[in-house]
Amino acid sequence: MTRDTERPQADAVACTGLVHAFGETRAVDGLDLTVRQGEVFGLLGPNGAGKTTAIRCLTTLLPVPAGTVRVFGHDAAGDRMAVRRLLGYVPQQLSADAGLTGRENVALFARVFDVPRRERAERVAQALAAVDLAEAADRLAATYSGGMVRRLELAQALVSAPRLLILDEPTIGLDPIARTGVWDHIEAVRAATGMTVLVTTHYMDEADQYCDRVALMHRGRIRALGTPAELREGLGARRRAAGAAMDTLPTLEDVFRDVAGSGLDDEAGDFRDVRSTRRTARRVG
Amino acid sequence: MQPALWLLIFGQTFTRIRAIPTGGIPYVDYLAPGIIAQSAMFIAIFYGIQIIWERDAGILNKLLVTPTPRSALITGKAFAAGVKSLVQAVVVLLIAALLGVALTWNPIELLAVAAIVVLGSAFFSCLSMTIAGIVLSRDRLMGFGQAITMPLFFGSNALYPVSVMPGWLQAVSKANPLSYEVDALRGLLLGTPHHLASDFAVLLVAAALGVTAASALLGRLAR
Ligand SMILES: Nc1ncnc2c1ncn2[C@@H]1O[C@H](COP(=O)(O)OP(=O)(O)O)[C@@H](O)[C@H]1O
Ligand SMILES: [Mg+2]
Repeated sequence: MTRDTERPQADAVACTGLVHAFGETRAVDGLDLTVRQGEVFGLLGPNGAGKTTAIRCLTTLLPVPAGTVRVFGHDAAGDRMAVRRLLGYVPQQLSADAGLTGRENVALFARVFDVPRRERAERVAQALAAVDLAEAADRLAATYSGGMVRRLELAQALVSAPRLLILDEPTIGLDPIARTGVWDHIEAVRAATGMTVLVTTHYMDEADQYCDRVALMHRGRIRALGTPAELREGLGARRRAAGAAMDTLPTLEDVFRDVAGSGLDDEAGDFRDVRSTRRTARRVG
Repeated sequence: MQPALWLLIFGQTFTRIRAIPTGGIPYVDYLAPGIIAQSAMFIAIFYGIQIIWERDAGILNKLLVTPTPRSALITGKAFAAGVKSLVQAVVVLLIAALLGVALTWNPIELLAVAAIVVLGSAFFSCLSMTIAGIVLSRDRLMGFGQAITMPLFFGSNALYPVSVMPGWLQAVSKANPLSYEVDALRGLLLGTPHHLASDFAVLLVAAALGVTAASALLGRLAR
């Protein structure tokens, strides 16, 4: 449709005033978000913050009832096909077809993304190799561990060489080693291709370590935005200004508690589970 | 199992009674194409469960975020359902042959039979996927499927000719794609009078409408 594919300066994601409600629940409630080309952007927040809903609006799975969502300049509500062509998407739920081999799972996505027939076998093999599944490729996905399924899904999303990779809680439910494995592969792919990565997580420590910039989302809105270091230092400075004794530097989670205010502990049960070990730095009154 | 019982008990008994005007052929012969179409339909009408399963497994979400049009995804599923039904149709065909039904073995006619079965099942699987897009849950889809299979079967010419039906049932039968499938199968397999061209056209249009409806509703499953 629109021939505006050449907009080198367009942001990977530009989202303004996005609202999406399920009945009475305003899951996304006026979201403003910009993801620049080439960065690894973390959308952070406790369970129920609205991350998945926002992602699903971005990926054209949900309509955009209010506000605008643009992906590399293409309207996610109007020009859906153009948006889909640019995306690689790994949903929150683990979802590979257990009845197919790893290779078949990836080949399916090569086909639905119209990877030319001649290139398919090679592209599939490359994608599998990129996530360290070359050896397990011809086993049924049913035999894979959680971490392997996640990496397989990463390969499915990568086989079409997307410009924007969207990962919804890619490490949820994985053990620490598998989590590190998934992040290492995301990092490697980004380094190799320069693609933009938008990732949601409620693990603040991971975001701190791997994301270039993060947005803290709570109750459908962005409450803070910046590099992890900026956010931590910002809170540290505010605390010093308030005259608090500083024995430890604040963590990203402390920043979150600071911006989210009181409601957090009652609503976000799971959030408490992922408290980092450095719990000494408490919220100052 | 079910189709064998239909042919063996219902077919054989009514062949003796001669209660149903079949145009001079044994009733079990008359019935066989109807049972082939019915058993193919029974498989296709629950095919939407597959889509609900893919939704629950998260696979549908990922497929819907690809540039493949919804209609292509649905058409692919419809033909997969058609091929699955075809296997069932072959089994029933062999049972009918064992029961001594005088069937054609002309390869071209059999190929046409296959095409009709695939097309008919493509329609019924699209009907199923359309219902899936409306009711959104496996249980409700199962209930719906069970509720409509028998009316579709009895409201068709699978068991008896349209001419013996009361007026209202004739109207139902005329609107029922299963009747056109049976008519075509009967003509091809038994050489009875038929309307092959119009049957084929009706089934093709029905399948196309089914694909359109199911594709339009597919996105609802991912919300
Ligand atoms: N399909 C849905 N129907 C109704 N409510 C939903 C649906 N999906 C999400 N919600 C609600 O919207 C809010 C945000 O959910 P979600 O976007 O999944 O948050 P997150 O991904 O940050 O955990 C929650 O209150 C959730 O219960
Ligand atoms: Mg979520």
